[in-house]
Amino acid sequence: MSGGVDSAVAAARAVEAGHEVVGVHLALSRMPGTLRTGSRGCCTIEDSMDAQRAANIIGIPYYVWDFSERFKLDVVDDFIAEYSAGRTPNPCMRCNEKIKFAALLEKALDLGFDAVCTGHYAGIVKDDQGNIELHRASAWAKDQSYVLGVLTAEQLKHCYFPLADTPTKALVRAEAEERGLSVANKPDSHDICFIPDGDTRGWLADRVGTQTGEIVDRAGNVVGSHEGAHAYTVGQRRGLHLGTPAPDGRPRFVLEVRPKTNEVIVGPKEALATAEIAGSRYTWAGLAPENPTESFDCEVQIRAHADPVPAVARIAETEDGTELHIIPETPLDGVAPGQTAVVYVGTRVLGQCTIDRTVSAVPAGALG
Amino acid sequence: MSIYLDHAATTPMRESALQALVAAHARVGNPASIHGPGQAARAVLEEARERVAATVGADPIEVIFTSGGTESINLALKGLYWQRNAGVRRPVLLVPDGEHHATIDTVEWLVSHEGAITVPIPLDEHGSISVSALNDALAEHGDAVAAVTAIWANNEVGTIQPVEEISRVCAAAGVPLHLDAVAAYGHADIDLRALRTASNARGNAGPVAISISAHKIGGPIGIGALVLSRQGAVEPLLHGGGQQRQVRSGTQDVPAAVAFAAAAGESERERASEHARLERLRDHLIDGVLTAIPNARLSGLTGEGRLDNNVHIAFPGAQGDSLLFLLDMAGVAVSTGSACQAGIPEPSHVLLAMGRDEAAARSVLRFTLGHTTTAADVDACLGALPAAYASAARAGLSNRAV
Repeated sequence: MSGGVDSAVAAARAVEAGHEVVGVHLALSRMPGTLRTGSRGCCTIEDSMDAQRAANIIGIPYYVWDFSERFKLDVVDDFIAEYSAGRTPNPCMRCNEKIKFAALLEKALDLGFDAVCTGHYAGIVKDDQGNIELHRASAWAKDQSYVLGVLTAEQLKHCYFPLADTPTKALVRAEAEERGLSVANKPDSHDICFIPDGDTRGWLADRVGTQTGEIVDRAGNVVGSHEGAHAYTVGQRRGLHLGTPAPDGRPRFVLEVRPKTNEVIVGPKEALATAEIAGSRYTWAGLAPENPTESFDCEVQIRAHADPVPAVARIAETEDGTELHIIPETPLDGVAPGQTAVVYVGTRVLGQCTIDRTVSAVPAGALG
Repeated sequence: MSIYLDHAATTPMRESALQALVAAHARVGNPASIHGPGQAARAVLEEARERVAATVGADPIEVIFTSGGTESINLALKGLYWQRNAGVRRPVLLVPDGEHHATIDTVEWLVSHEGAITVPIPLDEHGSISVSALNDALAEHGDAVAAVTAIWANNEVGTIQPVEEISRVCAAAGVPLHLDAVAAYGHADIDLRALRTASNARGNAGPVAISISAHKIGGPIGIGALVLSRQGAVEPLLHGGGQQRQVRSGTQDVPAAVAFAAAAGESERERASEHARLERLRDHLIDGVLTAIPNARLSGLTGEGRLDNNVHIAFPGAQGDSLLFLLDMAGVAVSTGSACQAGIPEPSHVLLAMGRDEAAARSVLRFTLGHTTTAADVDACLGALPAAYASAARAGLSNRAV
């Protein structure tokens, strides 16, 4: 129970469904912030009080479990390492993968629980043979299956998402209101919970330091300077402060971050188009395809709120093992290594990979 | 089944205190008012002060009612520090390791806001304050010492401190001593007059201030006292009407004081028989736990060196908060004993100060007994513990990096 409205309503529904429910709030930061400001932050003292108050009203016991040490290692340090390596990580997925449905789930199972119930909007379905499948929520707008794409069959077996079929957040809020839950009108949290002021760049600079480097175009011409390559994200346009205008006068975007040489590569928007994606860290959310080395039709989604794009995918051999290799039907914009590509078949989540490399749809030289 | 073994957190209010509280709330009168109702309230308040004073070997004038242990400790430490630094600089505070957070955080505030310098006094493996280290520190820092503070009995591990020896070295060094007796009150013989005599204390030196709290002995939450020797001098925290020797301004809470006095009187009258009864239950619980879980380890001392109501045990391989949760699910309420921030148990700083590692400091439970505890409660706890330990040990120290 984060202290938000979704997990509070999920808990209430779980109780009504006849389960024996205990509310658990995860302490993820060793030094919780003081009070919530706006919609930011998910581990403040106020959030923990809100979660406790919701548990009181629902009539279930409530505990705080401390995963701050694991969270720092598996999520925060990973976030810093990924940015330092020039990639764009998704810490919420890492948290689902390593904390909520791993460390928390393991502890819960050991203590005698059967499942972790959360307020995620996603569906869990059993096929004819009883195999667990993860599906999109029935309401596309609230669907959170993307951030759960990293869960495996073993984890999904112990997941319970009572909000799967709720068509809108407004209904969840109304239900919370009706149940007397004071969090009914609490703002949603959108930002990275461990960066409470939302200033990711400043937060990273404090931890990785700043080092002046060059911004270059695809031909290798120096067009500007920066205060640390880690602060840039593929697809970023704002904040480049380029002194030399592009020959065609059109805006330029970050195409690549090279931490080794502390270089940021920029180019025109067209050069962001990605024709192929591949990642060696892949998982299946349930049964794997029968012949994954044969190309199969699917849809690929590369951000929590991006539209899925038809694609073909397969498991390919590489020098050091295998990777999930995805070719979207039409090139994708702004794909950054470190992001997660989730592969769907219809509404079903098939699996995912963390993107290691991308192939541009527009080779260097073709454009400026 | 609902078994309450967390009496050190708070203990059920005694019937006599509850009735006194309700009755007093039914009467109007500010004890500072000059008219009849004011005088009536004053009479009731002062009688309560006399009754509380009698339980700690103090004169009534020496009992300053506060809002509880935390305020008493703040008043003693800040008050002594400011008083001792008026016109001269005496920045040093001698503070044992393993004190309660009310002390630790107050001292930290004095360091960051008033330029205090803190000198830690180590604990031994049983949690006892080293008197020789204290004596050495007093000699080394001489006239620069503002005050010494020490917990009378450790609230987590239950170790009763060598209070008389600590008092003697402070009196000899001419330095005021504050004693935090919040956990000890009701379970140890607290007698300010006897302690000052035994330690040859003079003026604002030796034991001058003792902090106590009502709800630990069956009084209401929200009232405590700083027992401040008439020769002790502190600067006040609160300014206003000049009540209570001008040390603690604010309209005095007559109903709470009356209820406090009722609980204090009853607790003191029962103390000898309760001591024997609680010790038996305590030792039965200790033996039962160590027999059922052979690798469990008792922290602190045994026998008379330990609070009669305290059992503090490390459970290797398990996390204290997992055990707490499982016992709670089984209807047994216990504590990890350590401070919480937003409900997150910290590793016990007392165990760390006793030389134990962080894994041990996270594996502890504190069981504390009280005036309503029965042998059946202890047996029920012993019955629930093995299964809880088996599950908690399986879950292990799950926050730790693997």
